[in-house]
Amino acid sequence: MKIAVCIKRTPDSESRFKIAPSGTGIDETGLKFDIDDFASYAVEVALRLNEKEGAGETVVLAVGPDALQETLRKAMSMGAERAIQLKCDSQPFDGLAVAKALAAELAGGGYDLVLFGKHAFDSSAGIVGTATATLLGIPCVTAVSQLEIAGGRGTARRDLEGVSELVTFSLPAAVTIDEGIARPRYPSLKGIMGAKKKPLEIKPAHLGAIRVVVSSMALPPERPAGRIIGEGPGAVPELVRLLQTEAKVL
Amino acid sequence: MGHVLVYAESRGTDLRKIALEATTAARALADGSGGGEVQAIVFGPPGIEAVAPTLGRYGADVVVVVEAAGFDRYARESIAATVAARAASGYRAILAGFSAQGRDLGPRVAATLDLPIVADVTEIRVDGDALAVQHPGYANKVIVRLRVSGSGAVVTVRPSAFTPVETPRAGRVERMQPAADPGAERVHVNDVIQGVAGGPDLADAPVIISGGRGLKAPENFKLLEDLAGAFGNAAVGATRAVTDEGWRPHSDQVGQTGRQVSPQLYVAVGISGAIQHLAGMRTSRTIVAINKDKEAPIFKVADYGIVGDALEIVPVLTQAVREAKGR
Amino acid sequence: MQDFFNIESQLSEDERAVRDSVRRFVDERVLPIIGACYVEGRFPRELVPDMAALGVFGANLPEEYGCAGLNNVAYGLIMQELERGDSGVRSFASVQGALAMYPIYAFGSEDQKRRYLPRMAAGEVIGCFGLTEPDFGSNPSGMITMARERPDGTWRLNGAKMWITNGSTAQIAIVWAKTNGNPDDASIRGFIVPTDSPGFKAKDQKGKLSLRASDTSELVFDHVELPADALLPMSGGLKSPLMCLTQARYGIAWGALGAAMACYEEALSYGQNRVMFGRPIAGFQIQQERLADMLTEIVKAQLVSLHLGRLKDAGTFTPQQVSLAKRNNVSIATDIARESRRLLGAVGILAEYASMRHMANLESVYTYEGTHDVHSLILGQAVTGLNAFQ
Repeated sequence: MKIAVCIKRTPDSESRFKIAPSGTGIDETGLKFDIDDFASYAVEVALRLNEKEGAGETVVLAVGPDALQETLRKAMSMGAERAIQLKCDSQPFDGLAVAKALAAELAGGGYDLVLFGKHAFDSSAGIVGTATATLLGIPCVTAVSQLEIAGGRGTARRDLEGVSELVTFSLPAAVTIDEGIARPRYPSLKGIMGAKKKPLEIKPAHLGAIRVVVSSMALPPERPAGRIIGEGPGAVPELVRLLQTEAKVL
Repeated sequence: MGHVLVYAESRGTDLRKIALEATTAARALADGSGGGEVQAIVFGPPGIEAVAPTLGRYGADVVVVVEAAGFDRYARESIAATVAARAASGYRAILAGFSAQGRDLGPRVAATLDLPIVADVTEIRVDGDALAVQHPGYANKVIVRLRVSGSGAVVTVRPSAFTPVETPRAGRVERMQPAADPGAERVHVNDVIQGVAGGPDLADAPVIISGGRGLKAPENFKLLEDLAGAFGNAAVGATRAVTDEGWRPHSDQVGQTGRQVSPQLYVAVGISGAIQHLAGMRTSRTIVAINKDKEAPIFKVADYGIVGDALEIVPVLTQAVREAKGR
Repeated sequence: MQDFFNIESQLSEDERAVRDSVRRFVDERVLPIIGACYVEGRFPRELVPDMAALGVFGANLPEEYGCAGLNNVAYGLIMQELERGDSGVRSFASVQGALAMYPIYAFGSEDQKRRYLPRMAAGEVIGCFGLTEPDFGSNPSGMITMARERPDGTWRLNGAKMWITNGSTAQIAIVWAKTNGNPDDASIRGFIVPTDSPGFKAKDQKGKLSLRASDTSELVFDHVELPADALLPMSGGLKSPLMCLTQARYGIAWGALGAAMACYEEALSYGQNRVMFGRPIAGFQIQQERLADMLTEIVKAQLVSLHLGRLKDAGTFTPQQVSLAKRNNVSIATDIARESRRLLGAVGILAEYASMRHMANLESVYTYEGTHDVHSLILGQAVTGLNAFQ
């Protein structure tokens, strides 16, 4: 199958963040960047689907500045055959604009499947996948934890809010990937060396108007310190009293 | 113009709590931008019209009812097409909850109408010609303020960020035909499997009792279920450690890669407080921690902590809560 | 570990990617089991196929032999990350790559290279290195293992080797023997010995308190018959095994750095979380001095290792430079492991924590591949011109 995987470059989610002097972004010094977690699941899903079929092509795409190239190469070192950077000055916060750039590149590309991560850790918005699919006019299934493709049709499982759904759909389609399928492989050392020889195309990103911009960023206020009120079951009455009188949640 | 359209999410013929939150947010936005109307749009099977008065109570001037048997479930493409058709006349903003449905619906409508979209928003106000919104990004570690320009926008609001407020309005019902047949969805839902227990979902529950490795064995989650029962309106969550082990379903996982929750009360039982778990619950109003290790990081974020064996403490707490609630 | 001197900026994208991949492997596959393996005294053989798939065996050997074809800095980073996990795991990779594959690559015929190297890179054939003997450790030139050639070109091998990593696990042993009764070390040649040869015995050396997650064996050769093509044709003299040791020692210098980093991170993390007298112990002056000393030595060792790697890639490095790096890095690592164990207090004696395991392992690393003292004499001779070995 010809599978496109749209990925995002995000900082390590375990990091402690600081605000950059400009006040409109995070301070990137010392941060490690990689393929966003859910997007790397999507890459893994694509690779497994094509491995199962024994043939096919996995193409990774991303929208943003040149720093992305390392991230695209990471996906190629996992096994994607080629990469496309849709280049713009900085990673946009306007999810629809990103979707437009991706849709412009993907349209007419003959992709059987377009995969995305369920959402990116930095924005947690989950906009780009569904918006791109809508622009392409293809069905979109979100938050998929299991996916199988056979005979031009897909079967997917979605786990949402305490309920599981089993859905089917025809290709071409877009799917946003949740955890649960399989851990993304880490690149083999040969894969890392091989990625350097794989094609990475750079094209301008056709974003259209940017209508969502950051006006400022700030760190959230610290929670006021709590206290340990006691040890063992004997502390329960005091807890209940505090929940009733102080916190007023009981 | 200056009206605000709000997607009122339902399940079957019941409104979900997020619908009231989004309507409240829509009402505040409309009032803050020159007093336009709030028009709620709701989809459901026959009988759904019964929710209109509730939406009116929470601020809807108009309730657009789209009724068809096929809307007994979330018919994504038909709903998106219908909302887009309604919104084509131009609204200041289109609001929805940032629930599973809202996350799916918002981008479809935005892409169809070429409107900018912002998601998971905790504050929204008008700023001149633009909208100013606030969103906790980077796993709740950074507050991001965004400016949305243009004459319209799609905004999805974070669950529990907007407390429903009754601001009664007419709630005048308008009926609308779906713009696309819910039977013609290209994504067929073959099977829906309900979650393990009944009771509220993690997104809706005002109280969440969550368990981690400190419970030692999956059977001990029964103690948490009993405590949840004592509260009466509580849901049971879990850490990634125990969902990875298969003790609890993946959909119960609270954390960075699981559910992000913000209940009134979060009780963390046998949970050490790893960063990735905190990212999912640190915005809860009150946090209680029960853990036998007094150095556990969870005690740094908890408002109240009890050090000790959870298996001993939880049953005592369950009894005390029952008594407090007069059960 | 915080990159205190921004050494990251000195690494290429590939080198960083290699390090990150191996780090993930160690975090996910090695760390969860290695404490238990150490206590049991077992090398986790089940990891070998995945280590091979990752590409860590002979990683700096050419792609045409099925290897990853990485540069020496990348190779060093692999060793660093493996030993962050455990010295026994890194020893397995060092032996396989630098002491079994490398001699075939450097001294073998094209046929031998093609026959063995790809399968060794794939982890299908495991090798070990037989140089050290029961009576000849620091003084390998005194070895008594002897191979006698017959007119038809076949050989008969007799002797014994000791302290051989992978000895009981390996399918082949690269054995260094004097030849044809000649006691001079000029007669030393290398042989590829299949371990299933009649007369070949490997016995696990029990009772180790160090490097427990590693197979350490004695080998005995009792009239082992070898075909002519067992000989590594380009090998000759003590120089041949010493060249292999230089390769291994280079990796060990990086590996020891990895162990030091693991101990430092454990000490720092524990110190920040452990509260005593009302505050984290990392806030007390004595612990801060400990941490400052550890950090300083790690940074210095990183710079030594990195520069050595660049020299090796340029082809201008010397064995004496490798001696300096091995001696320094292992020495500071043993100190750091001990100090970390002490900072951890009581829990520092538990297998659940890494420091004491590293501390014990590093005693072996201090002693093997040229003891610390031997390297002192190598450096002493290099700078004074005077041989103080005997």
